[in-house]
Amino acid sequence: MRRVIRLATLATAASFALSAIAQTPRNGGELIFPVPSEPPSYDGHREETFGLIHPIAPFYNTLLRVDPTDISGTRVVPSVASSWTVSSDGKTYTFKLRGGVKFHDGSELTAKDVKASYDKIIFPPPGVGSTRQGQYVAVEAVEAPDATTVVFRLKYASGSLLAGLASPYNFLYKADILAKEPNWYEKNIMGTGPFVFVEHVKGSHVVGKKNPDYWDKGKPHLDSFRAIFMRDSAAQVAAVRGERAHIQFRGFTPKDRDNLKAALGDKITVQESPWDCILMVGFNHEKKPFDDKRVRRALSLALDRHEASKALSQIAIVKAVAGVQVPGTPFATPPEELNKLAGYWTDAEKSRAEARKLLREAGVPDGFSFTFSNRGIPMPYEPLGVWLIDQWRKVGLNVEQRVIEAAGYYGVIRSGDTEAFMDFQCGYIVDPDLDMYKFLSTSRNPANYGRYEDPVLDELYDKQSRTTSVEERKRLVGAFEKRLLEEEAHYLMTLQWHRIIPHSAKVKGWQVTPSHYLNNTLDTVWLSE
Amino acid sequence: MPPSSPLNETAAPPDRKSAGTVFATLVDFARRRPLGAVGGAIIVVMVMLAASANLIAPYDPLATDYAAMLAAPSEAHWLGTDAFGRDMLSRMIHGSRTALMVGLGASLLGASLGSLIGVASAYFGGRVDLLVQRVMDVFFAFPVIILALAVVSIIGTGVGNVVLAIATPMVPRCARVVRASALSVREMPYVDAARAAGFGHPRIILRHMLPNVMAPVLIMATAFLGEAILLEASLSFLGLGVTEPTAAWGLMLRGAAVEFAETAPWMAIFPGLAISLAVFGFNLLGDSLRDALDPRLRTQ
Repeated sequence: MRRVIRLATLATAASFALSAIAQTPRNGGELIFPVPSEPPSYDGHREETFGLIHPIAPFYNTLLRVDPTDISGTRVVPSVASSWTVSSDGKTYTFKLRGGVKFHDGSELTAKDVKASYDKIIFPPPGVGSTRQGQYVAVEAVEAPDATTVVFRLKYASGSLLAGLASPYNFLYKADILAKEPNWYEKNIMGTGPFVFVEHVKGSHVVGKKNPDYWDKGKPHLDSFRAIFMRDSAAQVAAVRGERAHIQFRGFTPKDRDNLKAALGDKITVQESPWDCILMVGFNHEKKPFDDKRVRRALSLALDRHEASKALSQIAIVKAVAGVQVPGTPFATPPEELNKLAGYWTDAEKSRAEARKLLREAGVPDGFSFTFSNRGIPMPYEPLGVWLIDQWRKVGLNVEQRVIEAAGYYGVIRSGDTEAFMDFQCGYIVDPDLDMYKFLSTSRNPANYGRYEDPVLDELYDKQSRTTSVEERKRLVGAFEKRLLEEEAHYLMTLQWHRIIPHSAKVKGWQVTPSHYLNNTLDTVWLSE
Repeated sequence: MPPSSPLNETAAPPDRKSAGTVFATLVDFARRRPLGAVGGAIIVVMVMLAASANLIAPYDPLATDYAAMLAAPSEAHWLGTDAFGRDMLSRMIHGSRTALMVGLGASLLGASLGSLIGVASAYFGGRVDLLVQRVMDVFFAFPVIILALAVVSIIGTGVGNVVLAIATPMVPRCARVVRASALSVREMPYVDAARAAGFGHPRIILRHMLPNVMAPVLIMATAFLGEAILLEASLSFLGLGVTEPTAAWGLMLRGAAVEFAETAPWMAIFPGLAISLAVFGFNLLGDSLRDALDPRLRTQ
């Protein structure tokens, strides 16, 4: 008996040891990944596409980052900053920088560089583009009192500043270069990141090699990476299937996942997550009958989101029933609460009966026709468009779909030549400020093409943005959601996108998150063979 | 018994004779041109399906059934279902209506405009003819599908716009052929006579010249029909033609049909077959009509 116990103990210890060895990062190798889009420029401060993030982020660091092991993609951790403190009134954030962070030209990164980078993002000089300037309206000034301290002074307390400072786009640039030529980084790459730029052959690839002087000792694990530009999704799938690429960081369809799994079996690891992207239907409030909230609410009530979640997730990159926050993240409304909102009821027949009643009350006749404008992008616009039209038919509406070519789509939407239209919201971090800004009154956000003014909604947004209490913020986000989706039904949500990353099982140290903009620094990634 | 009248007595026999003649002509055509008859039969079946789609389609072509997504052909769904659980057979039957509507619309529009331009160009001659023909040359410089793509990208998608987009590249081709015929018709004495009688240009073009160049127009229109159906399918397949949820063969070949080609091949096979068969039918009939109406071939 004693012998058996001894053997069992030995076996357990051996299995722990083997598992530890298996999880010990291996150094070396080249990570190869297709990128479906090419960077318009190299400047993260002005661009807003994953086509820049995927191949260029490994060359840079940010002040803070989202924890690369956090599946919710919301936990902010230090990066170049080693720690921070917040004043008692919530209006002063002081960051201490870690030492030994060097640019690829050998010079040391100091607080001056961080200040210059954030001044460019928040207070860009004339002629310098900054896409996310509006996300830092609370910031009054950025200061660098000494070489290792950066201070952000705010006009008012903000619940979203840390998330904003963890933006993967906020690359830290060298102050001296920005002083000489503020747009230098549009055409050049020189950061502090784990990889050093080797080459970019336009239309073909970007290559980066390991930074031997990287401040985070022992990282990166890879010798190099190669990002290959490949627009065609079939070619991307074929590259992974043929083991010519390890991973594609944006996402594949459920069918692609199934095909890859069937073809490669254990050689493929699949990671999935709700995706911080959602398509929603907007209504031109200046056109009848969409100026009537009963009609808008009826159109939401007509949808059986729960059935669609099961069915459409088999053919499209959508899955979860969602409100204004990605399900499962800190500020998301729990499903049992969300299902109380009009349009989210689990009883589809009851919901549709209510929709018909509201349409009758609003004087909308049976068989009423309207045009639904959709964007000419196959996935997931096309299947969602078919689903919406079918659902609206079930409450007696006759909907014609007008598919507008992708490049010209927003020109048409902005012009107001629409009745109901598809719009989207994607974020780099799941955060109420970032995800709900889209829905503010058109006078505050011209990118809200619903053409409405709702001071109550705006006030709820401002309140949640300025509170630092998590519980109070949750309550305010819930109130915002209820007004947006039920009381006024300014927009109606379809289904949360679902991110599916089938990748080579050799790829380790990479965690899927709800954003395809996160976790692309590649410092933690390694190849098992 | 109603009293018989000379009118009744003389009116009845020609009707019977005309019906008999038409039938005999058709039989003669089928005997002489069996391939053309096969083409004609395909078209007749297609027209009948389109006309009676509401009666014979087993399901509403737009109705989704998420419990039957991607169902293989079975007793309930003879040709299976698509990615939304819509019955493929019903969508195929209703798709014939879209194909014919777009095909006929584009052919009629293209042939009518082309004929008018061709005859007018030949009639006026000189600088007008030179200018019109150079404009036609510009259109000829573009491949048919490229020109249709350009038009649809400017005016947008939808059935009406697709008809216009497909008709556009057909106009110069018809105009060129019709102009060649109209040049000889212009020299006919009856045209001179009409001009001498003081008739206006529109009357001479529309009443005296156009009816006399209808044979090539008819042949071209028939040939265009098959091409128009193929173009409509191509545009829809590229996402620039008819839009969902309209039942259209090209549209049925797109999206999920490509993605699920291995596991649900019926989604691609049946609409593909329908397009091929329709184009085949119109081409066979068009070729046979050309042979039948071509005087050089007729005398052989």
